[in-house]
Amino acid sequence: MSIATKIINWSRLKSPWVLHFNTGACNACDIEIIASLTPRYDIERFGVVLKATPRHADVLLCSGPVTKQIESRLLRIYEQMLEPKFVVAIGTCACTGGVFDGCYNVKGGINSVIPVSAYIPGCPASPKAIIDGVVKLLKSLEEK
Amino acid sequence: MHNSGDVQIPIGPQHPALKEPESFLISLHGEKITAASVKLGYNHRGIEKACEERTYIQDLYLIERICGICSHSHSTCFAQTVEEIAGIEIPVRAKYIRTLIAELERIHSHLLWLGVAGHEIGFDTLLMYTWRDREIVMDLLAQLTGNRVNYGINTIGGVRRDIKPGQKEAVLNAMDALEERTKYYIELAQAETTLIKRLSGVGVLSRKDAQHLGAVGPTGRASGIERDVRKDDPYAAYAELDFKVITSDKCDVYGRTLVRVGELMESYSIVRQIMKKIPDGAITVKVPRKIPPGEAIGRYEAPRGEDLHYVRANGTEKPDRVKVRAPTLANIQAVSKMLEDRYLADMPIVVAAIDPCFSCTDRLVAIRDTQDKKHKHTMIWETLRLKGIEWHKERGIDFTLLNKKLADIFKK
Ligand code: SF4
Repeated sequence: MSIATKIINWSRLKSPWVLHFNTGACNACDIEIIASLTPRYDIERFGVVLKATPRHADVLLCSGPVTKQIESRLLRIYEQMLEPKFVVAIGTCACTGGVFDGCYNVKGGINSVIPVSAYIPGCPASPKAIIDGVVKLLKSLEEK
Repeated sequence: MHNSGDVQIPIGPQHPALKEPESFLISLHGEKITAASVKLGYNHRGIEKACEERTYIQDLYLIERICGICSHSHSTCFAQTVEEIAGIEIPVRAKYIRTLIAELERIHSHLLWLGVAGHEIGFDTLLMYTWRDREIVMDLLAQLTGNRVNYGINTIGGVRRDIKPGQKEAVLNAMDALEERTKYYIELAQAETTLIKRLSGVGVLSRKDAQHLGAVGPTGRASGIERDVRKDDPYAAYAELDFKVITSDKCDVYGRTLVRVGELMESYSIVRQIMKKIPDGAITVKVPRKIPPGEAIGRYEAPRGEDLHYVRANGTEKPDRVKVRAPTLANIQAVSKMLEDRYLADMPIVVAAIDPCFSCTDRLVAIRDTQDKKHKHTMIWETLRLKGIEWHKERGIDFTLLNKKLADIFKK
């Protein structure tokens, strides 16, 4: 590995910018994501910053089952992100479809549309679980 | 109406202001909004239909997941409606516990809103402050129910968890801490000039318009409409509790802030009364798995306004039809009115001021015949059934013979 890539990788791991996208969640997982950004849990201490546009983000945090109407939008957002990009599925719904599996307007978990790097189950996934998941993802990238 | 001469800006479904997917089409004339329309449906999962395929108890957990902020509202409303059809009276202690969780939920929801409102006007310190304080009530909910959100405390015929003796103190301590913080927010809301200037006169909804458009909850109450299901049609333990309905005649976003902060103070007093008055006794009654045929409408004052559930039972263990009208659906009409002739920069706070919850609202699908747009038609159940039979016949699946044979067997 050249020094330049080493520096780039280091900086990526120290400041993963995230984009949050609700793909049809019940809101609880989204609120828990925000809660993990606020003072009690403060995920920013790992350099995680919430971004507003997919073009700035390294990690896409998805919550909720993919509804049929959002499917194409999710794909588009994923395509707009720059490489290397990672997707984290937050909540049981995002992992598998959860309680909504089998509803007529639900396609299934996030991995039925785009590849997912980390799964954080829980209904809703608590902020502690979210932080744990994100840190584990960063750890696994470090090893690569 | 969107005019052709204006600039049109589509916003959403992914956008930084709100956490849920929905899209707006805004027509602008200069900086002024001339027309705004909302497009929903990104969150539509088909819960109402799914309810028909599950038993009442399963439905309770599914309904709870309509919305993760007012989850207790939906599950209580549903449970109350089913209990009404079955003619069940739940124990008084269970009623008190339901009310307690409902008020704690209102506290967490209003604190959450205060933070979001702060964020929309660029006052992120408020967001961080209120969300830090909100963790107090989240801890309490986790302690009482076992989960931070989607508490799963209701069951048909009562509640699933009792309050343990030691928890009473924790609840009262938390109320003291929160009350102190809320007093600070009230002071802030009354003294901070930037806040007042930013929120006053924004998103105006006159009393007449609010009535006409059917605004509910804090949105309606901030326009001077004194309507609160807890007072007008008391359910659970509200009839025995003493509280005020907070209203304001300011009719703008500032008024809505004052109403919500005022309601926080009322909630603390309600929680204290509950802790004082809660009787001993059982927390559930036995309910038959099969609910007798009948139908009922349940009303419930969720943090965002009146929540309405309709359930029709057909004597089996699964409902025949479930319909949910969440408060945001009642309020969303008012948003276009509030946005008229306002500046684009006001849009996020005006939309946020009704405390919208789109996962609650996305209950409808419009089915359109894409071949022939003019040719929309509505069908009654029977026609739909016949059409279904025809549809299958065309594809070579025919049940007529089988049906006849079955009928013969049953006759014998
Ligand atoms: S996992 Fe649970 S809390 Fe999260 S979006 Fe799904 S239903 Fe809601």
